[in-house]
Amino acid sequence: MRMSNRENAKLMTGNEACAEAALFAGMRFFAGYPITPSTEIAEFLARRLPQVGGTFVQMEDEIASMAAIIGASLAGVKSMTATSGPGFSLMQENIGYATMTEVPCVVVNVQRGGPSTGLPTLPSQADVMQARWGTHGDHPVIAVAPSTVRETYDWTIRAFNLSERFRTPVILLLDEIVGHVSEKIVYPARGEIEQVERERTSRDPESYLPYENTDSDIPPFAEFGAGYRYHVTGLNHDETGFPTNDPKKVDILNRRINRKIERYRSEIIAYSESSLEDADICVVAYGSSARSAHRAVLDARRSGYKAGIFQPFVLWPFPHERLSLIAQRIKNFVVPEMNLGQIAHEVSCATNRNIVRVNRVDGGLITPDEILEEIKNVSIR
Amino acid sequence: MFPYDKYLRRDKFPHIWCTGCGCGIVLKALLRAIERSKIPKDDVAIVSGIGCSSRTPGYLDFNTLHTTHGRAIAFATGLKLAKRKLKVIVVTGDGDATAIGGNHFIHAARRNLDMTVIIYNNYIYGMTGGQVSPTTPAGKRSTTSPHGNVEPAFDISGLAIAAGAPFVARTTCYHAVQLDKYINKGIMKKGFSVVEVLTPCPTYYARPNRLGNAVEMLEWYKNNSIQIEVARNTSDEEKAGKITIGILHDSDRPEFCDVYSQLSARVREANKE
Repeated sequence: MRMSNRENAKLMTGNEACAEAALFAGMRFFAGYPITPSTEIAEFLARRLPQVGGTFVQMEDEIASMAAIIGASLAGVKSMTATSGPGFSLMQENIGYATMTEVPCVVVNVQRGGPSTGLPTLPSQADVMQARWGTHGDHPVIAVAPSTVRETYDWTIRAFNLSERFRTPVILLLDEIVGHVSEKIVYPARGEIEQVERERTSRDPESYLPYENTDSDIPPFAEFGAGYRYHVTGLNHDETGFPTNDPKKVDILNRRINRKIERYRSEIIAYSESSLEDADICVVAYGSSARSAHRAVLDARRSGYKAGIFQPFVLWPFPHERLSLIAQRIKNFVVPEMNLGQIAHEVSCATNRNIVRVNRVDGGLITPDEILEEIKNVSIR
Repeated sequence: MFPYDKYLRRDKFPHIWCTGCGCGIVLKALLRAIERSKIPKDDVAIVSGIGCSSRTPGYLDFNTLHTTHGRAIAFATGLKLAKRKLKVIVVTGDGDATAIGGNHFIHAARRNLDMTVIIYNNYIYGMTGGQVSPTTPAGKRSTTSPHGNVEPAFDISGLAIAAGAPFVARTTCYHAVQLDKYINKGIMKKGFSVVEVLTPCPTYYARPNRLGNAVEMLEWYKNNSIQIEVARNTSDEEKAGKITIGILHDSDRPEFCDVYSQLSARVREANKE
């Protein structure tokens, strides 16, 4: 047992884990543009993709990178790009296009300090709301935020699964710490994490409706060049895929693309809870801040404070229902994050309780002590 | 009579273009060029951005992709690299290709990925109602150059050649027969091929500049263009102000898919050792 464990273990960074997991998930097309602190993902894949029959291309900018992965995915190939804040901003229009045209793809954002060029080499979690609302129009989104190298590996695979299952872009929110920290990871056992493929249509080309209003709300896919010869447009379209201004048809599409994520919330949402059973303080933390939060809760318990932790892995859709339940019993919530309170706002909406915010926007990691201090302060109050 | 119906989505007509617009002339030339290439419909993908010309794919019975403004070539790059058997044809306009999409255009030419880009150059933003574009001639009026255009114009074909496109041709909607020949040559060319076609916009370009109706615009193309073979033997004074048309550039350069396949084979071989 010990031997096999050792064989399955490796020292790697979060960025490497992301790239390797993407290959495991079946990703065979990557288009990207260099940007700190995400560049290692592109470098890794530039080396590996041609070895496994995939394609790596360095595009002229992030707009083109996002466009290229949508084009590749329409050809039926699982596709990904990776970037950081400024590049993520440039990708927004085409992320909306992928949402509107229901093209699966994964967009990795290794967050750095912002706004603007900000702090290229230092972490932040300040793109959480941009991940939710960055592209224009009413739209759904799925965004996930791992906190360790192993979680990055697992959640990269799951990001592809969610993207394929729901035919929508999925945002993988890493941060500079998660991306650059080196940790030993033990690979998941074979079969531990499934690999999902988008549902292909069983219809013949004559009866195929690319944007059919099915019972599942997720239209089956046909790849370009497979005999279906259909039309894809970012304009509001009907079931045939062609543009329409018919208010009824426009309404159906706009509501369906949102509903197809909303109605599967319980399938999409994922989180972990620890020490919450008897807790009177709940720390809500995600990404690299969750690492400090876990330590802070451990230290708090040792000092006799009844703290627990709630860590969402999926940030969007946000687990309002679960936090609302937790808030029936727990009055105090501490939310550490490397921004000025983007998720704290969601926690506040979900719980209607006292929210203590622990925020840093100076490029520094929130330390366990900073969280512990707030746990103590809340307890005294 | 050419069997256009074979390639049209008849149920999508009437089209959205104005009376006298050149887009239909290019559309028909494109279909004649594809017919001549004998490429099956299932293997053809037509990709466009935003603008009047970019509405072409919707009427055509191929794999059709209407993307975001300026980005057609970038979408087409991913599509082609992921499925190399596809013959990818981009239809785009002067604003789409050389203003908002200028960066993608020059880098695609440099990369030399196998695709054909047809640029409908009507000197104006038609879809938004007649604003100045990067190819509007200096001095000409538009809704955003009401006192005359203060900027010089791009030479699209010159830009493509300079950026490395191995095949570049330019013609006009008057030269419709020549147009389908050039598009066909572009399609058959392995590599990044560009066909620039001057198309009349009687509504938004001709009107503020008092250039007459569509027929008069076509006559203007006839009288103000010069075939490159003729131009070579014509004095500068004689050809001043005339637009050079013809196959402006035809060379051979390694194509990106081929180069990448070779690289892939090499690294896989090295991996085995």
